[in-house]
Amino acid sequence: MSFLRYISKNRLTVTFVLLGALIFLFVVIPLGKMIFASASEAGTLWETILDPEVTGAIGLTLLAALIATLVGFFLGVPLAYLLARKDFKGKKLVEGLIDVPIVVPHTAAGIALLFVFGRNTALGQAFNFLGIQFVDSMAGIVIAMLFVSIPFLIDSAKEGFKKVDVRTEKVARTLGASPWQAFFRISFPLAWRSIFAGIIMMWARGISEFGAVIILAYHPMIAPVLVYERFETYGLEYARPIAVLLILVSIIVFIVLRTIAYRGDKS
Amino acid sequence: MIGVKNLCVDLGEFMLKDITLNIEEGEYFIILGPTGAGKTVLLESIAGLYPIRSGEIWLRGKDVTGVEPENRKISIVYQDHVLFPHLAVKENLLFGLKMQKTKAEEMANRLDWVSELLGISHLLHRRPDTLSGGEKQKVALGRAIVTKPELLLIDEPLSALDPETRESVQQELRQLHGALGVTILHVTHDFEEAIALGNRIAVIGEGHLMQVGTPEEIFRHPNSEFVARFAMTRNIFHGKAERKSNGDTVFKVDSTEFITAADAEGTYHASIRPEDILISSETIHSSARNCFPGTITHVVDKGSTLYVTVSIPPKLSCLVTRHSFEEMDLHEGKKVYVTFKASSIHIFN
Repeated sequence: MSFLRYISKNRLTVTFVLLGALIFLFVVIPLGKMIFASASEAGTLWETILDPEVTGAIGLTLLAALIATLVGFFLGVPLAYLLARKDFKGKKLVEGLIDVPIVVPHTAAGIALLFVFGRNTALGQAFNFLGIQFVDSMAGIVIAMLFVSIPFLIDSAKEGFKKVDVRTEKVARTLGASPWQAFFRISFPLAWRSIFAGIIMMWARGISEFGAVIILAYHPMIAPVLVYERFETYGLEYARPIAVLLILVSIIVFIVLRTIAYRGDKS
Repeated sequence: MIGVKNLCVDLGEFMLKDITLNIEEGEYFIILGPTGAGKTVLLESIAGLYPIRSGEIWLRGKDVTGVEPENRKISIVYQDHVLFPHLAVKENLLFGLKMQKTKAEEMANRLDWVSELLGISHLLHRRPDTLSGGEKQKVALGRAIVTKPELLLIDEPLSALDPETRESVQQELRQLHGALGVTILHVTHDFEEAIALGNRIAVIGEGHLMQVGTPEEIFRHPNSEFVARFAMTRNIFHGKAERKSNGDTVFKVDSTEFITAADAEGTYHASIRPEDILISSETIHSSARNCFPGTITHVVDKGSTLYVTVSIPPKLSCLVTRHSFEEMDLHEGKKVYVTFKASSIHIFN
């Protein structure tokens, strides 16, 4: 009786819980079912883990995403700071364009990158002169990941810098800090949590990239491409263990980083 | 001497035009102006933190107009303190010394000196977000003076504090100024605060410097309507507090004796808020101890309320609603009574 009364009194909450539960299950069931189905055939999963092609692909994915994130960090954080602090003509345009990779289909992004960094382009040849090739190479994977994931880091860092009271920098200046010192001692540490959240997002987004990478570099094979290839060539049964492994690795990485970020939150 | 010469600053909505100030070495100088007059920006311009249109800033005989803020030796204390939230109190205090590459021994000495001076030694390991408003204020002051600046800029230091803390911080500022002998430029919108602390006051408004003078000159001889209104809508008197044989304390202005709840003796300022004064056509029998006959000399219409000046003498500015104003048929020259409680008189230095 009291349960029914609770429902009739809290109709909005009850409705929203039901709707929320639907979308939550939609996300969790496919992931969970795949992982638990594989658990029953632990042998196959173990074989997959020992498969050098698989571990190589996963390692390459993590490493390429990490390099892309580092490049994004060194080039993206300064831009984020400028966007947060300075007003200039065309700022809205710059902000909008930086976010375009989020909405562009990623295969199209790959084509666009190929168009600039391909073998026969000026830029491609210039890099080739330095011994860097982007087609079917690690460098190609990195720029594909960089392109599609950089908005996440820039946006998050920008919001972080915006939250830092500009007057803390001003006080620092009157106390003898140069603009560089004010940045590194005040603004950067204060925005660090948002920047770090952006780093996690960017890396995670890099790891999960498929479309842009497959256009630029089918080989060497990153894990998402390997999953695709095994599915195309051998079918669902062969693709699944790698997919499970990739999901598990992603989840573990994500949890570890979130924990680190959260611990910072407490202090 | 600190000189501001013909300073023009663009505030977007309006301009601060042609501000010229000459502040003596060691002076406690107040800039008084209404909210939104550009007082904070004026301070930031002097510190080199806000771009100026034209003009010059001089510090101890040197033109520092083009000098970077970190090389000016001007410290600033913002209204809401703006401590570095990620640093402990100690690190906040040491920040400027570290930036100026002070030797470790000297740093330790200065830290001891400033934390003792302000009574914040017990707070050194706390983080700013755990401090009370008054404590934050002290830390912000300490951070600003530990580097021994040639000029200390203070932005509305009392307005974010509750009345009791305000009193003690005001005391603190006066003592600090006395102890350090540092030149202070303090901006406020509060007339009482200006009179209580300032050696001299500059009134700014409508983008201009309206008047510069001692507190006495400003409220005795305002040179413009603007300054007069700014001063007049606040009843501030200079006079003598005396204890009477019957136990009352009275505050004497001209030949009138106001009964006050404060316990003080000597020369003071006193203020009465216009909204605390009652106007009536007959004497009122009530618990309010001050009731005087007077004549209306001036009326300022503010729409739904009006400021009515009643001369006892002295002149008292009283706030009345339009409804009572019309009902009582108040007008210049009319004889009325003013009534207020002894506790409505605020006595201050």
